[in-house]
Formats: sequence, structure tokens, C-alpha cells
Amino acid sequence: MKKKNLFQPISDIFADTREAVTKGDPVTLLSLIILGLGNLLRGQIIKGLLFLLIEGLFIVFLFTFASQYLVNLPTLGTVSQGQEFNEELQIFEYTQGDNSMLILLFSVMSLFVIVFYIAIALKSVKSAYLAQRAISQGKKPSTFGEDLHTLLDSKLHSSILSLPALGAFAFTILPLVFMILMAFTNFDRNHQPPGNLFTWIGLENFKSVFYKNPQWATSFFGILTWTVIWAFFATFTNYILGMLLAILINTKGVRLKKLWRTCFVTTIAVPQFVSLLLMKLLLDNNGPVNILLQNIGLISSPIPFLGTAWITRITVIVVNIWVGVPFTMLITTGILLNIPEDMYESARIDGANPIQMFMSITLPHMLFVTTPYLITTFIGNINNFNVIYFLSGGGPPTLDYYQGGKTDLLVTWLYKLTVNEQNYSLASTIGILVFVLCGTISLIAYNRSASVQREGEFS
Amino acid sequence: MEDKIKHKPYHFVIYALLTVISLIWLSPLAWLILSSLRLESGALTSYIMPKGYTLDNYKRLFTETSQFNYPRWYMNSFIVAIFSCLIATVFVLGVSFAFSRLKFTTKKLMMNLILILGMFPGFMSMIAIYHILKSIGLDGTLIALVLVYSGGAGLGYYIQKGFFDTIPVALDEAALLDGCTKFQLMYKIILPMSKPIITYTILTAFTAPWGDFIFASVIMKDNYQNYTLAVGLYRMTEREYLYQFFTRFCAGAVLIAIPITILFINMQKYYVSGVTGGAVKG
Repeated sequence: MKKKNLFQPISDIFADTREAVTKGDPVTLLSLIILGLGNLLRGQIIKGLLFLLIEGLFIVFLFTFASQYLVNLPTLGTVSQGQEFNEELQIFEYTQGDNSMLILLFSVMSLFVIVFYIAIALKSVKSAYLAQRAISQGKKPSTFGEDLHTLLDSKLHSSILSLPALGAFAFTILPLVFMILMAFTNFDRNHQPPGNLFTWIGLENFKSVFYKNPQWATSFFGILTWTVIWAFFATFTNYILGMLLAILINTKGVRLKKLWRTCFVTTIAVPQFVSLLLMKLLLDNNGPVNILLQNIGLISSPIPFLGTAWITRITVIVVNIWVGVPFTMLITTGILLNIPEDMYESARIDGANPIQMFMSITLPHMLFVTTPYLITTFIGNINNFNVIYFLSGGGPPTLDYYQGGKTDLLVTWLYKLTVNEQNYSLASTIGILVFVLCGTISLIAYNRSASVQREGEFS
Repeated sequence: MEDKIKHKPYHFVIYALLTVISLIWLSPLAWLILSSLRLESGALTSYIMPKGYTLDNYKRLFTETSQFNYPRWYMNSFIVAIFSCLIATVFVLGVSFAFSRLKFTTKKLMMNLILILGMFPGFMSMIAIYHILKSIGLDGTLIALVLVYSGGAGLGYYIQKGFFDTIPVALDEAALLDGCTKFQLMYKIILPMSKPIITYTILTAFTAPWGDFIFASVIMKDNYQNYTLAVGLYRMTEREYLYQFFTRFCAGAVLIAIPITILFINMQKYYVSGVTGGAVKG
């Protein structure tokens, strides 16, 4: 079912092309090699010239830029930077070597351009075929003006999607593919361009993370476990408490609803890094919270909120409640108001108390409606960088973990590996594993919730 | 009125609870404001209420700019936020409109791809982005930040598509029958009906760059002049500066929070409808 959804459109996409290839005359087919030929010969001069121009640019790009990187893609470079003694100046000079990173980056870029060019070549065939068909049916092929007009009408999607797609390619897809490939190389501090080369090492990084390198494995599984624990508590504490807060504010007869809500919305408006850095200072050993608790005599010595592993873990979850509850309160408010009042009415007549009503009416209804929200929040919490990084910085640090601390999540660990340690290949490996984790959780959750919803239809 | 809504005893329990909870939620912000007005320097004091008050911290943010150029950072953040908001809003609305109202063969494939892409940690690619920007000579510039914040914006289209999906398709059919092109359908019929979601999009697209730390710090590195508020203020809290600059950091933070808070409170209605719609539709 899922597979079909994903691959069905691909055959749809090529349906037009297949028709063009099977029914096209030689000129149409030649348009695959000489772009725009069919258009040029059939009177669509501007369109044909545009196609031809694209082909020209592509050929220049291919031979002046892409080729020098693509030939090195299999090895990622062989000539490392060297030193040569310059007799005249009496100094050592660096000789230019291959830069593995630029080879990889520009190769990926070139491959994308090539794929894009093939798509345009197919478009050229299709366009030539359309012109051929129009002539054989005794009509005139569409003029350039008419073609432009379709861009605002039947082909509106190509015009409004082109720029966002370009942006996404340049700043999301291309970098991501580059980083995914990085996981299969040995790019770390000791293999750093331009001074050194790095190369393909296959699945070595994954093997190291899982078992070959004991310290990495301990770190990975330790941090993974905490990440899942964190995501679970961070999601459900916020969910339940936010809902309870929304119920409190929406209780019939409670006034100033808007004022209460505004109090909490204010905390959303303060940028997270500010409020989290504040929290860090508030919870310091000499911070106001400890001073207050000491002043009223609850404790005699400061609590190290961000000291030992387990206290820090509890602290980050509690602070996350402060950060997240206002969001959940806002989201659940609208949905809570949609629960039919007569359900509560009849429950009240049957003698149910508020807790029973919450457990058997409110919670099931909310869970049913907000499953997608819960899944995305859970995924969001697995990737919750801000709370951990600004509050505990992943600490307390531990020697058991490679460059990690006891409250590090996989993403903050990834960040540290990249920024402090320059171990890009390991960081990319972790990134891919985070992807696998999130993908698996979403798949399971969506399938389960789909079956739950089907059951809901029957009842 | 008094007869209609009677205050029952448990209402007072609720009021008490709400007051306590609100106080807990607002107290960090109160401490922020108090510290920004504090006369005594230093990060942490052994008492809670300041001993003296002053506006000096605010003044010095704008006058002593040799080490930390706060007004400059404010301008940077503002410029970046305006431009990325403009581009991101156009991108997101365009993509969500296309996915919601237009039919084309690659739609399903693109939506699946975006879903998969979304499951990689976002800043996994920051190093690659840095090198791409460097290769086109844009590293350390504000343009780079705008591109990074708005470039991939089209991928976060879910909430807006959810909204467009609720507008009846019959409307499109009627308009197209009357000879509208699809572009006219978009800007003459659908967009004027979508004020809440447009407001929501602008609001979130404008506020996001104010709080981003990761990309701004990776792209700017040591380029102090082009720091945004998030990176700049974070530097102020580093160990060697914290003691001297803490009260000024608080003042700086208050000055960021005020405009955004006003925006949020005024547009709360739209914000709520946006997040609620997104929560239910997923």
C-alpha cells in the first residue's frame, strides 16, 4: 500500500514521455539529443532557441566545471597537499592538492544538474511531440505567448513551485545529500581538507557506532536511550499538563479567560534562547531559586539543579514543561471546546466525578483528534536542540561518552561532534540514525493510529 | 449577569490555582525585567530584589558599542527577519496553494519526498550549507542568513495546506467556469479569503529568525559586525563576559521580547487558529 503510493506517481510522470517516444517521428526523437530541434523546425522559434540555449549552457558546465570533480568522485581525490622548497625565495610553499570536500560537494551538485538537464531533455521531446501532433491534426503549434499564458493557468504549479523548489534544492536537499554521503567517508579531524584527503570507507562508521568502537557504541546507545526517555516525558508531560491548564481556563464561569491566556502566550513570545539562558541562571547554585528556597527555610544548602546526571535530567524535563505548556494550552483550547457538552451533561447525571469525566471523555477524544500532533511533537522532541543545549549544554560531562554528556540528545551530540570535534563523518552517521529512528516511530504510529481511526468508524 | 454566572466555591480554587501557575510562568520574565533595571552589576546576587534601579543598562547598550554592537545587531536581525519573512511567506503560500488546489503528476511524489526530508535533523546539513555559501562568496553575510532561513521555507507547508483544504472546491470550479485562470483564482479568490493563515504565516516567518542561534552562529563565525541578536546576546553570556554584561544582556533581551510580545498578543487569534489547524490536520 505504502509502496504503491510512493512509486505510482513515477510511472504517471513518464506516461506522457512514453507516448512521445513511441509515437514521435525522427525529428521528435532527435529533440532528445538536439534540444528544441522539433520546436525550431515546427515554427516555435523562441521556445526552440531557449531549449538550445539550455543545452549549450549545460555542455559548457559539464566540460568546464562538472567533469573535473566527477572524475574524482570514486576516489575523492588522490593528490594530497604537499610542500615544496622554493629555491628562489628560500621558503616552503604549499602545492595545491585535491580537496576531497569540494570534490564531493561539487560532484553532488553536478549530478543534480545532470538529472535536471535530463528532465529538460525529456520535456524537449514532449514539447516536440505536442507540436508534431498539432500539425498532424491540422492545427497550428502553440505560440510562445500561448505557452507563457499556460504558466499562469494549467501549468501554474510549475511557475509557483519553481523558486521554492530551487531554494529547497540549494539549501535543504543538496546539503542533506552531501551530508548523507559524508557518513560513508572517513572525514574527521585527521582527514581534513585542504591539508588532507578523505575517502570512501563504506559502512565502517555504522559498524563503529554499533559495535566496533566500544566508546562510540556506549555513547550512542546511552544517548539514544536518554533521547527516547526524554522525548516520551517531554511530550506527555506537556500534553497532559497543557490540556489540564486549558481545562482550568475554560471552566464555565471562570472570568478573564483572555487575560489568563495572554499570561502564558507572553512566555511564547520571548525567544527561547533568552528564556532558557535565564532559566540556567535562575537554577544556578547561587541563583534566585536556591536563594529563595534557602530564605524560606525549605533547604539548608543549594540544590545542584544542573549538577548530577539524574537531577539535571529531571530539571530539563521540568523546564521543558515551562517552555511547552503554553503551546499545548493554546492548541488544545480550541479542540476542547469542540467536545459536545451533552456528553459531560449525561456523565454528570450518571454521577461521574471530574476525574472520571476527564479519563473517559476528554482524554480519549483528545487522543483521537490530536494523534498527528502527538507524533510530530514526539519527533520534534527527539530533535529538541534548544532546551538541552542552552540549559544543560548536554552536561554533566562524562568520560564514558565520546564528547558527550549525560543529558545530551542525539542532535546535541551531533552538534558537538560537528562544531567541537570536526568529526563530520560520525556526525552524519548519527544524523542518518536519527532519521531512521524518527521514520520508524512515525511509520508505526501512523499505521496504528490509522487502524484506531478505522475502528472508530465502526463503533 | 451576576445571576447567570454564579461563582461556585470551586471557582475560587481555580482562581487560586491559575494565579499560582501564572506567577510561576511569569516569574522568570519578571526577574529578567528586574535584572535589566538593576543598579548593581554582576550576574547573580545573594538577594532577589535589586537594591537600586536604573535605566543605565539600556542606555549603555546603545552608547558603548565598541565591544558589543547591540544597535547594529538589532538592525541586522530586523533586516534579516523582514526579508526572510517576505520570501518565506511567498514560498510557503505558493507551495501550499499548489499542493492543495492544483493537480499535477509530480504532486504526490514531491509531498512524499518532503515528508522524508523532514525526518532528518535540520541542522545536520549546516556544515554543507556553510561550504555552499562559501563557494559562492556569501559566508558571513546577511544575505546568506536570509537565503538559509527562507530557502527551504516551502517545505513547511502543512499548516497552510490544511487551511486551504478547508475552502470548498466548488468555489474553484465556479471561478474556472467563469473563465478565471488558475492564477486569478489564487490571487483574486483564495488569497483574499485566507487572511488568518496569511497573518499566521507572516507572524511565524518573522519571529523565527529572531530566535535562531545555530545557523546564525555557524554562518557568521567571528564576523562580529554581522551578528544577529541571538548570536550576539549569547556571546554576552559567555563566562568571561557574563559578570560584567549580565544586566545589559537582560536589557537587550527585554528589548527583543517587547516587540515580539506585542505582535503575539495582537495576533493571538490568528496564531491560535494556525496552530490548532495544524495540530488536527498534522
